[in-house]
Amino acid sequence: MTSDASAHQIPKGIKRGKSSVDSWFQFALALAGASVLFILAAMLISTTIKAWPVFMHSGWSFIYGTDWNPGISRTEITGTYGALSFILGTLITSGIALLIAVPLAIGCGLYLTNIVKPAISRPLSYAIDLLAAVPSVVYGLWGLLFFVPNFIRPLLKPIAEMVGGFIPFLGPPVVTFNYTTAGIVLAIMVLPIITAVTREVMSKTPLTEIQGAYALGSTRWEMVRDIVLPRARPGIIAATMLGLGRALGETVAVAMLIGGSERMPTTLFQGGQSMAGQIAITFQEASPENIKALLGIGVVLFVITVIVNMAARLVVWATGGRVVGDAAI
Amino acid sequence: MSILSREIHTANEVSFDVTKTSRNYAARKRKGKIMEAVLFTAILLALIPLVLILFEVIRRGASAMDLEFLTSVQNISLIREGGGYLNGLFGTLYMVVIASVIAVPLGIATATYVVEYSDNKLVPLIQFFTDVMTGVPSIFVGLFIYTILVQNDGPLGGFSTLAGGMALSLLMIPIIARASEEVIRLVPDDLRNAAYGLGARRWQVVMQIVLPTANSGLITASMLAVARAAGETAPLLLTALGAFKIVPELLGRPQAALPLIIFNEARGPFEPAHARAWAGALELMLVVLLLTLIARAISRKTQS
Repeated sequence: MTSDASAHQIPKGIKRGKSSVDSWFQFALALAGASVLFILAAMLISTTIKAWPVFMHSGWSFIYGTDWNPGISRTEITGTYGALSFILGTLITSGIALLIAVPLAIGCGLYLTNIVKPAISRPLSYAIDLLAAVPSVVYGLWGLLFFVPNFIRPLLKPIAEMVGGFIPFLGPPVVTFNYTTAGIVLAIMVLPIITAVTREVMSKTPLTEIQGAYALGSTRWEMVRDIVLPRARPGIIAATMLGLGRALGETVAVAMLIGGSERMPTTLFQGGQSMAGQIAITFQEASPENIKALLGIGVVLFVITVIVNMAARLVVWATGGRVVGDAAI
Repeated sequence: MSILSREIHTANEVSFDVTKTSRNYAARKRKGKIMEAVLFTAILLALIPLVLILFEVIRRGASAMDLEFLTSVQNISLIREGGGYLNGLFGTLYMVVIASVIAVPLGIATATYVVEYSDNKLVPLIQFFTDVMTGVPSIFVGLFIYTILVQNDGPLGGFSTLAGGMALSLLMIPIIARASEEVIRLVPDDLRNAAYGLGARRWQVVMQIVLPTANSGLITASMLAVARAAGETAPLLLTALGAFKIVPELLGRPQAALPLIIFNEARGPFEPAHARAWAGALELMLVVLLLTLIARAISRKTQS
């Protein structure tokens, strides 16, 4: 990448006159570019400062505490703030989403890049990309008024009540709005991102290796399994982490489907709350000190997602590329 | 050297057991067909939700959408029928315009810097953190604007159109920067060199050759971000808050938005509100779709 990028530069040896416009122009562009760094830093600093009193008051129990009991003070911190149930809610819903979406995305990626002709795979890819263009509030609405009454209530609920008793974490009681409901809809939402990235890496399999596998007598599936899949592994890991980043931060669709309970999770079929959901749902009625605590949840969420995202991008960069495509950015 | 060793490495990884592959070709072929059918099922499972969502939004949205819905402002009562989302449509478009005014120049400038001044040491850092910024949760962006703008006691403070627009702009900047970067990279070096050969300075090359050449691609990149921003709900909850009337003021008053109204009306138990929410979802999807289609059409025009 560096070599073709530096081709834009003026060849060495040619001396150019200095222009003050040039240096100002470069400075202005550099400032715009650096604004990304400033904004990210400002985001972290500004919210952390506002949330600081709650962090000082609760200490580490803000993260491992299970009791969320906001006070109503304007100036001090009087309540108990332990966000563990929300942190677990976010992790559980995201986990369910990835468990469903990653295998599907790998299947879609393999099918689109190696099984089907481009004339068919192009419109199919386009259709899956279209899922990324649906606003999250529409997913929430659809989940609330279509998916729950037509799928969760008549199908998943009875099955879970019948089978779940024997398996830990899946036991009854099964409520309609629960971690699993939110997780399934979340899976639909992150699928296009994960598919876009896996599809991209899978399409970069060197032709010589594909032909080599066929020459050695592989069937198409054996070629896919032995050549495409192993080569795509770092890409799949990165795609999974990108999807995780998106799932962790998703707000309204999860907030509408997770049930809105502040209890600690004991089963996957009980109502709960995610970090982003708790902020979105309780923010407008929150007392000043509660707002500080919600900002604190925001800071924790930000730190987690940024770490996940940085790890994902580093994996992609280490394998010599960058994430491309409209659905992935 | 590194390329060479890597190729040897992968060649070692991909080793075939010839005795295994030559056995029982028909059975292996059958297994392959079964696995391909499994992969096809994955595609089907991915597309079913898309079909169901589009179908439901169009079916229920179209049946609730009428002239009154499109031309009147929100009904204050969730229980009664009537009223529309005009205030939300107005607010969404208003805030998206404000967000674009901020984000489009900044995003394109960032992309220009990254491509045209790629010898600078800062560039990889900017690229990396632009990527990271695309992954920042949108609700956190809302919290950030809340702390710096809404909580501010000065004249810019309080829930407002500006606060909502600022939040959306922060979500758009990295999307525009990333998409524009790919577009600017496509401008052929011949054009740059020809301009330099004619004695153009660097800023002239960028402003008069590179950006005009990439123009339609840059519009596409911006539209993509606008479409994404128009559907955002979470950051607006903390910055625009929502309003029942059309709010022309930039500052001092909360602003409405389509996603906000859908969110509020869908969560209640009332049927008339649900019907309006479906119509609102259709309206929002049409706005997003229109912007996306315009973007695609412009980008296709450039490619040909």
